Amino acid sequence: MTAVSLPSASAATTGPSALRSVGSRLWIIAVWTTVIFFIINLLGIIAAVVTSSFATRWLRSWLPSGYTTRWYVSAWEEFQLHDVLLVTFQIVGAVVMLSGLLGVPAAYAMARREFPGKKALMLLFLLPLLVPPVTFGIPLATVLYQSGVGGTMAGVILANLVPTVPFVILVMIPFIEQIDPRVEAAARVFGAGTFKMFIYVLLPLLMPGILASLLLVLVRTIAMFELTFLTAGPTSQTLVVALYYAVFAAGVRAVQSIDAMAVVYMVTTLIWLVIALRFVNPTQMVTRAKRQPAH
Amino acid sequence: MATPAIPLSTRLSARGLDGVTLLVLPAAIVLIALFVYPFGYGLWLSFRPKDGTLLGNYGKFFADPFLYDTIYTTLALAVPVTLMNLFLAVPVAFRVRLMRHQRLLTTILVLPITLGTVLVAEGMLNYFGPQGWFVRALTSTGLFNVSQIKLVHNYWGVFLSLLITGFPFTFLLTLSYVTGIDPGLEQAAATLGARAAERFRHIFLPLLVPGLAITFCLSFVQAYSVFPSAVLLGAPAGPTRVISIAAYQAAFEEYDYSMASAIAMIMGAVQLVVVVAVLAARNLFYRGPAAGAKG
Repeated sequence: MTAVSLPSASAATTGPSALRSVGSRLWIIAVWTTVIFFIINLLGIIAAVVTSSFATRWLRSWLPSGYTTRWYVSAWEEFQLHDVLLVTFQIVGAVVMLSGLLGVPAAYAMARREFPGKKALMLLFLLPLLVPPVTFGIPLATVLYQSGVGGTMAGVILANLVPTVPFVILVMIPFIEQIDPRVEAAARVFGAGTFKMFIYVLLPLLMPGILASLLLVLVRTIAMFELTFLTAGPTSQTLVVALYYAVFAAGVRAVQSIDAMAVVYMVTTLIWLVIALRFVNPTQMVTRAKRQPAH
Repeated sequence: MATPAIPLSTRLSARGLDGVTLLVLPAAIVLIALFVYPFGYGLWLSFRPKDGTLLGNYGKFFADPFLYDTIYTTLALAVPVTLMNLFLAVPVAFRVRLMRHQRLLTTILVLPITLGTVLVAEGMLNYFGPQGWFVRALTSTGLFNVSQIKLVHNYWGVFLSLLITGFPFTFLLTLSYVTGIDPGLEQAAATLGARAAERFRHIFLPLLVPGLAITFCLSFVQAYSVFPSAVLLGAPAGPTRVISIAAYQAAFEEYDYSMASAIAMIMGAVQLVVVVAVLAARNLFYRGPAAGAKG
């Protein structure tokens, strides 16, 4: 399934002439071939994991000699997926809640007020998204281990807040800016304090934005490898870290068993991705911070 | 002295400081505690090596080829991959911008970003492995034999993994910049008789350079901190011993947090140098609105 509709109709708007040279036709074909080649390989990589997880024996052939579901049972027991999934959802749930509680009010203040030091704060919220997790993760892990929360679930949650709180803030600021401030002024006139206004006026208006940003936080936290890896102990591993250790120690266990675990991870992530994509445009997942650092 | 006493709260709120502004504080405190403080602490710790001298860690790093070579090893991976991603992303973004149904394509491309490097690594071990579909397809053409193609556990494994997770990221960023350019500018050039290549060279490229510089920086920084795929798909003891592996080993295998912090700081410094250089070069080009002049 390549499913890339060739833009024959809309392409006509680009050129002054409908006559295209052979060169530009070849160029268009070359570009689409590259895209299709990339997508085929990408889907091949995913399909290889899924196929292998159902394979009885898969050696020196295009397809396995038979199919079975027993690897899922063995992976569930070998990798204690029950516990790992429980830990994953506890960590992810806590990260989502906390980054919502911290991020949404902060985004409101950033969107509505001009105050001294706002630029510095904006930089503080941008940097954790621009600096890669490994770079700040190692000093952060050092601090967490020395203060005694390293290797515990609390440590993993704290580490994961570093990119997610700024993410919520940066996604929420434009959402809040587009709400008419007169709605809030009206609430104030009727005697609502900041807290009441938040609960009864802003929260319902902001719900789509909050939902979208928190779903993206959820997907990102499930897939966040580096920070969790650096701060997790044996009892606070999330699914993606457990998967890393399984792949790292490949050869100890059957490949199919590791692939079954990879499929469990993939399904866990993709369910939330599908839900998230109902609320957001895929490009938003990447370009959330592009406007601010541009100039 | 005779000025009527304006209450402090009124004076503060005139400068934008009131109860609402304070909502930003919890998030700011969390980020200062978990991002700024660890960075500062890491920097301080890196000057407190085990041997008691001030610059002991840095001296050790730049004296030991096993350590300082990681800078070049990582650059040799990150720079070509980032450039390749960018050179692929620009033409594809120019075609996709004309597509009416971009969403399916962008959704497929968001998959590797969402699933993360660990899962892609496990999939690639299957797919690009000696018995995988990719190698099988190549050998079935009769042009290669299996022993000629080695795509995992070496430089190319890491390169391909950075391509597969990095290209979608680069592409989606580039696409958002390309679609931000007013199509009227291109139509004006087309009216004056400029062909597609000329329009790209004289209209789009100057407008795109700032955005491409940002894209390069963000993609490069991600690639430079490559960790899981360098371990799982590369040769972590030799050709793909990247700088994050050195930092990880110092912290969690030798328990020398001071040295690990020093390596993390060097990693951050290299990233900073490249980013600053690219952004400085960007200033040589046009920087201004990419939208039409008439509002």
